[in-house]
Amino acid sequence: MADQPTAMERFVQGILPENPVYRQLLGLCATLAVTNGMKSALTMAVCVAFVLVCANVVISLIRNLLTPHLRIVVFTLTIATFVTVADRVLAAYMFQMSKTLGPYIPLIIVNCIIICRCEVCASKQNVVIAAADALGQSIGFGLALASIAAIREILGTGMLMGFRVLPAFWPDWVIMVLPPGAFITLGLLLGLVNYIDFKREEARK
Amino acid sequence: MDYFVDILLIALSASIINNFIFYYFVGCCPFVGVSKKVDMAFGMGCAVTFVMSIAAFLSWGITVFVLIPGAPVSTFIAGFFTTPEAAAQIDLTVLSYIVYIFAIASSVQFVEMYVRKFFPSLYRSFGVFLPLITTNCAILFACLMIMSHVAGVDNPKEVWDLGKAMTLALFGGIGFTIAIVIMSGIREELELCDVPKPFKGAAITLVIGGILAIAFMGFTGVDSGIKNALKPTPAVQEQSSEASRNTLTQYLADITCKGHNGEEILP
Repeated sequence: MADQPTAMERFVQGILPENPVYRQLLGLCATLAVTNGMKSALTMAVCVAFVLVCANVVISLIRNLLTPHLRIVVFTLTIATFVTVADRVLAAYMFQMSKTLGPYIPLIIVNCIIICRCEVCASKQNVVIAAADALGQSIGFGLALASIAAIREILGTGMLMGFRVLPAFWPDWVIMVLPPGAFITLGLLLGLVNYIDFKREEARK
Repeated sequence: MDYFVDILLIALSASIINNFIFYYFVGCCPFVGVSKKVDMAFGMGCAVTFVMSIAAFLSWGITVFVLIPGAPVSTFIAGFFTTPEAAAQIDLTVLSYIVYIFAIASSVQFVEMYVRKFFPSLYRSFGVFLPLITTNCAILFACLMIMSHVAGVDNPKEVWDLGKAMTLALFGGIGFTIAIVIMSGIREELELCDVPKPFKGAAITLVIGGILAIAFMGFTGVDSGIKNALKPTPAVQEQSSEASRNTLTQYLADITCKGHNGEEILP
């Protein structure tokens, strides 16, 4: 047990080295769907952070009561409860954003990131480590969403959260804010991340 | 006659025009992960279709009979505690996500038991993927779509009945199968190509998925075209909608980010 990662190590690992989108390829549905605009991407990142931290904490608190056969069902029901809370709060205080994000907030329930983190970390470690792990992973997820949303929104509309970034003669690449743009952006960024990783490994050798 | 036109529009829309993978992005994880061989992909698609139909049946039933205000079961039980008028207003839709995920988990469990008993070789070839269908976004998404057309509409005439709900689930699954089989066919050919090293695996799959999504974008407007042909609308409505589509970009953004009934899905 001595060489299990500490809380701080888990926190830092989740941001870039074990980034949930670029390294583990989890949660692709949410990533592709909400990165139309920066605002929806950040809202989704905050919601996922809330659900991930709460679910990790609760699962870590009851980890000694879980039976092997029913643990996935227990994870899913816990996550569903917190997602209902997040969904109702969002509908109450940010109604327009809730309508925009539509069915993708409830789809956080089946987001593989949260179930994977519960399975790998929260059901085996204590509360502090589980919470640190959740925070690191959600910051990593937020970074991934923000990077994709920035590219899609800047190339697709020339603006970023209301500020004009590209000059006015830019012909908006509308394809970027439509579904194909999501796939292509994520694919190219994933290739870029892999390339940087290979270069770093070669430099280390 | 109107009913069959509606069913046709829902079927076309769910399978081809608003394809679950290429338009709504649900079901991307198996799309990127399982699509290496055509027979595996086809088996996965069939399993997802089957589970989606069962889950849609269960979730429609529970939504209509238990969750929405005025549902028979909740009114009956609440009738023991309060007056009938108050009992008819009990709204349990806040529990819908928990109920749906429970229904999906149990239907996957039943399908797994059934397949293990009656098709053992198929069960072995599936391996760990069958329980993983529980976390497939597509199934929960189908249930949520049905809920939005049952509990989220104000006009009682537009509430979906069981036929429309099952059509959405069945043809959504068929669309998912079409997409994943196309992808697996392309990936089988891709193994003989010289893909650059950083792109091998998921990255090139996503880029190809994007090109396929562009191809499927060509189907947008087919359902409104069929709708106008079979259920002609008055001329006044046509003129006002034409005048607002000045530029190509506005036209594209106009027609592609709208759902089946013209509601906005994404900005």
